[in-house]
Amino acid sequence: MEKFLKTKSAAFVLPFVATVLLFVLWELAVIIFRIPPFNLPAPTNVLNALINFAPQLTVNALRTLWTTMLGFVIAVVVGVVLGFVIGYSKAAYLTLYPLLVAFNTIPKAALVPLLAIWFGANEIPATLTAFLLAFFPIAVNVALGLDTVEPEMKDVLTALGASQVETFQKVGWPHTLPYIFASLKIAASFAFIGTVISESVASNAGLGFLIVQATADFNVPLAFAALLILALMGVLLYCFFILVEKKVIYWAR
Amino acid sequence: MVQPRIDSMSIDSDIQGGEPLLEFDKVGLEYPFEGSMRRIIQEVSLSIQPGEFVSFVGPSGCGKTSILRMVSGLSPAPIGEIRYRGTPIKKPLRNTGIAFQNPVMLPWRNTIDNVMLPLEIVEPYKKDFRQRKGEYVRMAQDLLATVRLQDFQKQYPWQLSGGMRQRASLCRSLIHSPEILLLDEPFGALDAFTREEMWGMLQNLWMRVKCVGILITHDLREAVFLSDTVYVMGPRPSSIIYKVKIELPRPRTLEMELSDEFNHYFASIRQHIHHN
Repeated sequence: MEKFLKTKSAAFVLPFVATVLLFVLWELAVIIFRIPPFNLPAPTNVLNALINFAPQLTVNALRTLWTTMLGFVIAVVVGVVLGFVIGYSKAAYLTLYPLLVAFNTIPKAALVPLLAIWFGANEIPATLTAFLLAFFPIAVNVALGLDTVEPEMKDVLTALGASQVETFQKVGWPHTLPYIFASLKIAASFAFIGTVISESVASNAGLGFLIVQATADFNVPLAFAALLILALMGVLLYCFFILVEKKVIYWAR
Repeated sequence: MVQPRIDSMSIDSDIQGGEPLLEFDKVGLEYPFEGSMRRIIQEVSLSIQPGEFVSFVGPSGCGKTSILRMVSGLSPAPIGEIRYRGTPIKKPLRNTGIAFQNPVMLPWRNTIDNVMLPLEIVEPYKKDFRQRKGEYVRMAQDLLATVRLQDFQKQYPWQLSGGMRQRASLCRSLIHSPEILLLDEPFGALDAFTREEMWGMLQNLWMRVKCVGILITHDLREAVFLSDTVYVMGPRPSSIIYKVKIELPRPRTLEMELSDEFNHYFASIRQHIHHN
């Protein structure tokens, strides 16, 4: 066992086994305790729904994915720029940081009805909610990355007469990359949460919308199928960033 | 108490003659402390000749590191002035190399790329860095060989020991042939054996580049071993309380450390620190 834990495949095998085991237990629990499917559908039941409602699920899943990605990309751009402004300018830090923290404490779900009034019940509030949830961790991490450059390293460059731009290019940017990637992984899940919240409150499509519709019809297996797809998309996006991270910042340990 | 008079105590008169590279003219430093200004450095006046290696020793908090930052131009002298070839230093000099106790290296670059960093920033190397890269790589390899790191060029900082990182950082501070090498307790974090080994390597590097060396250290033997001149600073508010020229021949060896002459220098410096 000790030996196996040290192998590379352990990181893939173990979660997989755990997932299968969870589904088996779940299936057994539903059968043994005779839980009706509109309370808790068995995994096989969810799988059925997944197949039967495949077209509907695909359309809504793509909508959610597209909305999330758009919100996420905007969050990356705004977050990185904001992070650099806060990280490099003391004045901006003092002015903006308290505002950002205050804004971040507002539950974004509470903003969705307002966004719906302004933009209608469509993908725009969902994109914006995804963005609003995702940009904060990115901005904070970028600022943190810039702030943690060793002062000695800055001194070495400054004493050589390096310009601000050169210091950023040679030290600031590469040093901040690991912080950016750490935040991207968090921000990606946040963006999904934002989209689904918004879709379930005010939208005309998307997995959040589908879940609300399905539960209203007591089609709980369909709701679970949608949840399953959401989880899958989240995990895939997370893995994607881990792969990119390993390529880009191979030196960070 | 009989003081060993090894060298003239007069600080202003420099017998060597010639144009000094650096002149400290009534340099002082104050720091705000509990609402009032506290004097850290009372007054330091001295001059450093081209190619001279000097050390500053003294109790903690006497402003040794501040002196280094003033020379480098990172924090110009607030009181008095330091002149480089007659011009007061107001901003970074560019032709300095710095090494700190913490041998900061860029973790995304391997050893040789870390050493070559200054060549990407300092003129005249910067402007044709790409065309002459091969030549620069050989320069870096040469320096790395001097400190016996020739087999670690492609290693990343986390694959090196503390002593190796410090050696690489010394190479980095010298690759652009600076006129002034600034060393802030570079070997403070190393064990005694490694440290003595580093003295020899630093001496070799320095004798190749023939720049001015300014070393801040707590280690009096280190100061004697490496320096042409040792300046002892007193407690806060500090000034130079003792200056001694070390007349040992170069290259100096670790065996010299056992000589009477070496110990004589060591004892006289030590005495001045402990009697103030």
